[in-house]
Amino acid sequence: MIDWPLLSTLTFLPLLGALFILLVRGDEETVAANSRAVALWTTVVTLLLSIFMVTRFDGSEAGFQFVERAQWLAPGIDYAMGVDGISVLFVVLTAALMPICILASWVSVKTRVREYMLAFLVLETLMIGVFCSMDIILFYLFFEAGLIPMFLIIGIWGGARRIYASFKFFLYTLVGSVLMLLAILYMYWQTGTTFIPDLAAHGFDADVQTWLWLAFFASFAVKMPMWPVHTWLPDAHVEAPTAGSVILAGVLLKMGGYGFLRFSLPMFPIASDLFSPMVLALSAIAIVYTSLVAFAQEDMKKLIAYSSVAHMGFVTMGIFSATMQGVQGAVFQMLSHGWISGALFLCVGVVYDRMHTREIAAYGGLANRMPIFATVFLLFTMANVGLPGTSGFVGEFLTIIGTFQVSTWTALFAASGVIFSAVYALSLYRRVSLGRIEHEGLQQIADMDRREIFIIAPLVIATILFGFWPMPILELTAPSIEALVSGYQEALANHYSGLELQAVE
Amino acid sequence: MTTQFMNDILLILPELVLFIGALGLLMVGAFSEKDATRTVDYGAVGLLALAGVLAAGYSSDATAYAFNKSFVMDSFASLMKVLTFAATAVAIIMSQRFLRREKLARFEYSILLVLSATGMGLMISANDLISLYMGIELQSLALYVVAAINRDSLRSTEAGLKYFVLGALSSGMLLYGASLIYGFSGSTNFNEIALAFQPEDGILPMAQVIGLVFLMAGLAFKISAVPFHMWTPDVYEGAPTSVTAFFAAAPKLAGMAIFLRVMMTGFGDAMVAWQQIIILISIASMALGAFAAIGQQNIKRLMAYSSIGHMGFALVGFAAVSPAGVSSVILYMALYAVMTLGTFACILSMRRDSGPVEKIEDLAGLSQTRPFMAGCLAILMFSLAGIPPMAGFFGKLFVFRAAIDAGLYSLSILGVLASVVGAYYYLRIVKIMYLDAPTDDVNEPMPRELSILAGVMTAFTLLFFLYPAPLIELSNMAGAALTQGANLGQAGLEAAKGISPR
Repeated sequence: MIDWPLLSTLTFLPLLGALFILLVRGDEETVAANSRAVALWTTVVTLLLSIFMVTRFDGSEAGFQFVERAQWLAPGIDYAMGVDGISVLFVVLTAALMPICILASWVSVKTRVREYMLAFLVLETLMIGVFCSMDIILFYLFFEAGLIPMFLIIGIWGGARRIYASFKFFLYTLVGSVLMLLAILYMYWQTGTTFIPDLAAHGFDADVQTWLWLAFFASFAVKMPMWPVHTWLPDAHVEAPTAGSVILAGVLLKMGGYGFLRFSLPMFPIASDLFSPMVLALSAIAIVYTSLVAFAQEDMKKLIAYSSVAHMGFVTMGIFSATMQGVQGAVFQMLSHGWISGALFLCVGVVYDRMHTREIAAYGGLANRMPIFATVFLLFTMANVGLPGTSGFVGEFLTIIGTFQVSTWTALFAASGVIFSAVYALSLYRRVSLGRIEHEGLQQIADMDRREIFIIAPLVIATILFGFWPMPILELTAPSIEALVSGYQEALANHYSGLELQAVE
Repeated sequence: MTTQFMNDILLILPELVLFIGALGLLMVGAFSEKDATRTVDYGAVGLLALAGVLAAGYSSDATAYAFNKSFVMDSFASLMKVLTFAATAVAIIMSQRFLRREKLARFEYSILLVLSATGMGLMISANDLISLYMGIELQSLALYVVAAINRDSLRSTEAGLKYFVLGALSSGMLLYGASLIYGFSGSTNFNEIALAFQPEDGILPMAQVIGLVFLMAGLAFKISAVPFHMWTPDVYEGAPTSVTAFFAAAPKLAGMAIFLRVMMTGFGDAMVAWQQIIILISIASMALGAFAAIGQQNIKRLMAYSSIGHMGFALVGFAAVSPAGVSSVILYMALYAVMTLGTFACILSMRRDSGPVEKIEDLAGLSQTRPFMAGCLAILMFSLAGIPPMAGFFGKLFVFRAAIDAGLYSLSILGVLASVVGAYYYLRIVKIMYLDAPTDDVNEPMPRELSILAGVMTAFTLLFFLYPAPLIELSNMAGAALTQGANLGQAGLEAAKGISPR
């Protein structure tokens, strides 16, 4: 094993880069150039370190690895870090998307570059921290603090209605989170610890679980976002700069699903079982309804944002089916949606940088002038629909299989959602790329340059590679998910056999 | 007899030093040939530092009494005195330049603050209704005068008068309550009162409750808790900004300290009668602080409502009536004092050529014209809003933890919701500084001492999470010291058991 604090290094490395950027001196031009360079190098080193971590990660073990623990706030509230099969890949996903975000903002962000790079590096620390925390207070700290840089990213470098969007994003998420904080404090009072494995092993009373589950649900459902508390997402996405959208869709949304997997299922199994019909219903509504809403959008980013809500519906559905396939599918879907939606936002960014509009109607016939773009965009549109051979298919398929074992109706609606997603995604593609160029401004539009191709290439590879060969991801996550699911079923079995005994007596 | 007297003197040494030193400084100011303001200021800061060291020197776990048990010294008093004196010293340092430029610099100013700090020290250590009243009045009279120190300004004199009239009213209520309590218990000593205020079958006699309520009203006025908050926005706005900075920190610390002491020592057993009052004023303060601040245009007025809200949050820990609750209030107040002083260091730096500006809009685009000041203020605002990892979050974490331990779920839920509403107006300030286009409203560089102070306070706020243990341990010790003598009512004992992790 490794005897130095790998996860803390990984988490706080970007912060070190941020400190460097603070020290940069000189005129505006130099500061901007140096900030970009420092940010890129920091994120690349972080990525390499995270890949190193995965190679050292023992995929056959279910428990936490690289564990660090030190005294911190109060007895029972420690600084504890560790990753297991569920969280390890999210760390890599975060680290992998960051250099892409920095590169995507290389030329499009011209004002206040130093602050921009600072915000992104701080955000990276906080996101990695969320996935590495083994203490629930520490988790909350990272989870909540992430609001600050994101608020600034949307608010400063966003579009026209950026102030409305940033406030809505901040306050919506905060309301959900503070209720979770109270639940965390209650759990601390009950158990005297905030160490996540201890809490999962505790076994709360059934009626207490209900309240705690609801408090956690308030936070994660908003973050996810689930219908009907999803309305902050389209606003935030539309107004955020391209890189902000990529991070928002790629990583921040995953925190909700990760929270369900880390807390709701293992800590409150009885309540999760009790509420799972509700979650399944909400997921089915999200999949069908937001797909239809997406079809009606005139704004490309808004369309993709609504499609994100629909895809997150698959995730919640898979998680709360609480079957091996469902949960594995959910994790896979979260990862794959991380790079697919990120790539879609990058594609929008490519044309937005040229035309400065996101109106679908302002485009058309781009395939004539931009063949590379049209190919890439087609690939990701298809991946978004869930075409077999792309990574989008694996996740959706597994979640539907998992759900079918629990609720046929939900699976039915979800499967119909796949068709709806084909409807909006294909129509988007047709209106943007196909046909003749009719708008004057598009006559001279240039295809993707080398930087843009370089950014998007890794995402193309990931989409196709894991579409055909999902085993590495599935195998790495399997032991932890198996432990999660079997622990969940066991807790339920114990609870209900206990109830039957009572009834017999 | 003599050793007894010497011991007594030793226990109030910090206050004695302040008091005699203040008189000495008054002599220096009155009789020196040229303007002695600066000398007096430095002398005052030195005195406060000395008094703080003396107060910190009391490091025993035991509780010591002086002057026939009318004066008490324990680690709670020691910690609160250190904090109060430090806050006063910081306020004096921040004031100097502001007062000079506003042509308000007089040597009496620092002396009044030192006298006020003396009163606060006496208050914090009061163990008797008489010494409590003496301390409060000594503190308040000095405050009334400094509120009106800009005597040519209508707003400042109005603020001073308003503060005086309402303060006198609250003192009257406090005295009336004290007289009833004395009537029912036959003593003015808190420990003796505790013996007389024993609820039977969970009910305190109505007459005793009336005395208690009047006393609490008087004390709630001092910490500007709703519904005794009316003076706060006007006084904050009207008084010169340097005075407001002082008002926002030290008197709140001392007021909360004596409130805690009176209730825990004197009425610990009668908590059934007053716990719900604390819950009610806590909810009311949090709600008013959150909603009323939204529409404010003046940053000093906004800070007034913010302070009302923060008193509400501190009272959440108070309402738990447990050692953990008391510790959390102490921690909350300490962190609040740091944040609020840092904020006022920034507000004092808001100037354009013509003089100070205090509109929130004047901060527009500050992040581009004054990045350091904007960064400090933004971090402090997020901290006041209670967003991790800033220190303000940990203050809230511990008060809500105490409340949850005591089973106060509805209070906690209302509290966190109020904190979300409150987050809106703190965010609004960040938005104005970072998201709006720059104006030239704040165009003077930040004075050196203010930028150092703001930087230190901000760094503390931002980095508190790295090594929070010392302050948390200190507040735990202080909380234990305050509650060990007091036998809290049955519910309090149960709550106290709950905090030890099983």
